[in-house]
Amino acid sequence: MKQKVTNQTRRKMLIGGAAAASTPLWMNVASAQSETIKIGFPTPLTGPFSAEAQDQVKAAELAIKEFNDAGGFNGRKAELLVRDDKLNPGEAATRTLELIEKDKVNFVVGSLSAATQLSINAVCKERKVLFNSISQSDAINEAKDWSVYTFHEALNPTMTAGAVARYSIPRFGKKIVFLTADYAYGHEMVRAFERAGKEMGATTLADIRHPLGASDYSAFLPRIKALNPDILVLCNFGRDLVNAAKQCTDFGLKSSMKIVTPVLLYTARLAGGPEAFEGIIGGTSYYWGLEDRIPTAKTFNDAFRKMYNGSVPSDYGALGYAGVKTVLAAVKNAKSTDTNKVITALENLKYDFYKGPEYYRKCDHQAVQTVIIVESKSKNMKDKYDVFNILTIEPTTEKNMRSCAELGHKA
Amino acid sequence: MTGLTFELLCMQLLTGIALGSIYALLALGLCLIFGMLNVVNFAHGAFFMVGAFMGVYFLGVTGNFWFSLILTPLATGVLGLVTERFLVRPLYGRGIDYPLLLTFGLSYVLIEAMRVTFGIEGLPSVTPDGLKGTLDVGIGFFPKYRLFLIAATTVIIFAVWFFIQKTRYGLIIKAGAADQEIVKVLGVDIAKVWLMVFGLGCAIAGLSGILASPTRSVNPEMGIPILAESFVVTVVGGMGSPVGAVVAGLLVGVVYSMASLFFPDLAELSIFVLMAVVLLIRPQGLFGKAGAMG
Repeated sequence: MKQKVTNQTRRKMLIGGAAAASTPLWMNVASAQSETIKIGFPTPLTGPFSAEAQDQVKAAELAIKEFNDAGGFNGRKAELLVRDDKLNPGEAATRTLELIEKDKVNFVVGSLSAATQLSINAVCKERKVLFNSISQSDAINEAKDWSVYTFHEALNPTMTAGAVARYSIPRFGKKIVFLTADYAYGHEMVRAFERAGKEMGATTLADIRHPLGASDYSAFLPRIKALNPDILVLCNFGRDLVNAAKQCTDFGLKSSMKIVTPVLLYTARLAGGPEAFEGIIGGTSYYWGLEDRIPTAKTFNDAFRKMYNGSVPSDYGALGYAGVKTVLAAVKNAKSTDTNKVITALENLKYDFYKGPEYYRKCDHQAVQTVIIVESKSKNMKDKYDVFNILTIEPTTEKNMRSCAELGHKA
Repeated sequence: MTGLTFELLCMQLLTGIALGSIYALLALGLCLIFGMLNVVNFAHGAFFMVGAFMGVYFLGVTGNFWFSLILTPLATGVLGLVTERFLVRPLYGRGIDYPLLLTFGLSYVLIEAMRVTFGIEGLPSVTPDGLKGTLDVGIGFFPKYRLFLIAATTVIIFAVWFFIQKTRYGLIIKAGAADQEIVKVLGVDIAKVWLMVFGLGCAIAGLSGILASPTRSVNPEMGIPILAESFVVTVVGGMGSPVGAVVAGLLVGVVYSMASLFFPDLAELSIFVLMAVVLLIRPQGLFGKAGAMG
């Protein structure tokens, strides 16, 4: 056995040596230049978040196109390798490993859902591959899960739920009830809302937990009504949020309490319709309507409209754009695709690609950015894309984030 | 638990009945098909989902909820007829697992078909104008639509009961379930009866889909969880017993609702606990005959 291996190795070395000897130097340089910069993009193309995931891919493709149209990096073009992680952490890990080992990607960007991004992060951390996550999570920034290869372009629950709490508690009242999807992300949203609420003297009357993916919430609603809170916080996501919002509306909960949600998704609002979401307030990382006040948003929307028949990017879609765009910008700044050099370039990057100025905080690589508070519209809508009113934009500040010490980072 | 009042309990009960009425209706269709054809229809949830999509689609076209309430079961019924004639029929006599696998596969075909036709996000469902808002039921305000849901399912369940118990066709169906040989000898084309029963079962599934659609989001995967719940209902009620399906449907709804009040995070589990308890005490289900699985 051992003998065989040695033979094979020797033969390979001979062939390799012969090839190297017969290839002129200029050809090696040329092939290095034409080699594309590969970005692995695992995301749940199938399953309950597929609408958001497909939008992420569309916007990421736009970022790739812009990079290539601008000449790439020294003539090297970028390429997106999209893989379906099926919203399953195991599948996500396998696909990521394949991207790294078989496809030899330079970087990994993507994911949607707290669980899959953590499993992708674990693989990238182990293989020392840069991963820019575009899905919300608090855990990914904590020292336990984080590594120097981890970047987090998306908002995290501390930022979104915190911003929604700071907006709504002074306006609507201090008695809070949570209706929470019983999984890590749901719990993180509650913790963050309570953290911000505590400073304002808010009290939690109940945190009612429902199984992930419940289709009927009506059985929880009579109790919520009896508790009579000032604010009902829906700590769920995607279709869960659509159903919960719809049923809260049907049961007439809006007449006695304000309904808010840490993450008010553009796609969920489209699927649920104006009536179900009427008056519901929530946080988001991006809404296309920002284009009235932010020039880069206008540029981004126009490019997206041009590429995709006039449709506008969603919130999570925009993250797909930003996640790829920042990595490629860092490659240009670093003048290299070497992971460590790109990490340094990303740490030093100050960028405004679609929603105003942003940067990655040095200690945990969390993108410091604004949180937009929106209210769902039901009247005077210009077209089917016109679904939110922008109420306020919480400015970029590290003050509203958990401190690096709190996250377990040393410096 | 603090703040537990009589009113809250009653509201919880009413919520459970509204929930249970959809379960009862779905399980009724499932159990008609099983009782008569000995086919475990795994595509039942998919027919429910197709019904919801068609309901919203017809509503968009006709602008009238009542029209779509009639058109939808007709459409899913026809789909059921086609399914029985060309897909299920060749598998009769091969045991219970062949049609089970076939309908399981069919459900994925239907899900994919709706994804291709209407998109992955699904459609916003619409509550008919007259049924929006809440109504004071004495103990508090309850959504008008859910009251309508309880009334509508009651009417449908009685209509099905009447059809089976009081009409000539119903008599043939019952006779066919009891002894198909004798029915054949008497000159009845049993294949036609099976066709109609399968169609009727799918029509009821489609009808429950459109009835449920205003209470939840309409999306291609909506039939999957509710199918599991319908099977729990059928097992609790007794495989193949229509009365069992209705009683167990309401029971499961009420148990789920009450569990949500006292142990919200165990609500989902509660109906499976109910099933386990019933099976321990009465392995054939509440109204089932022993050995219904053949």
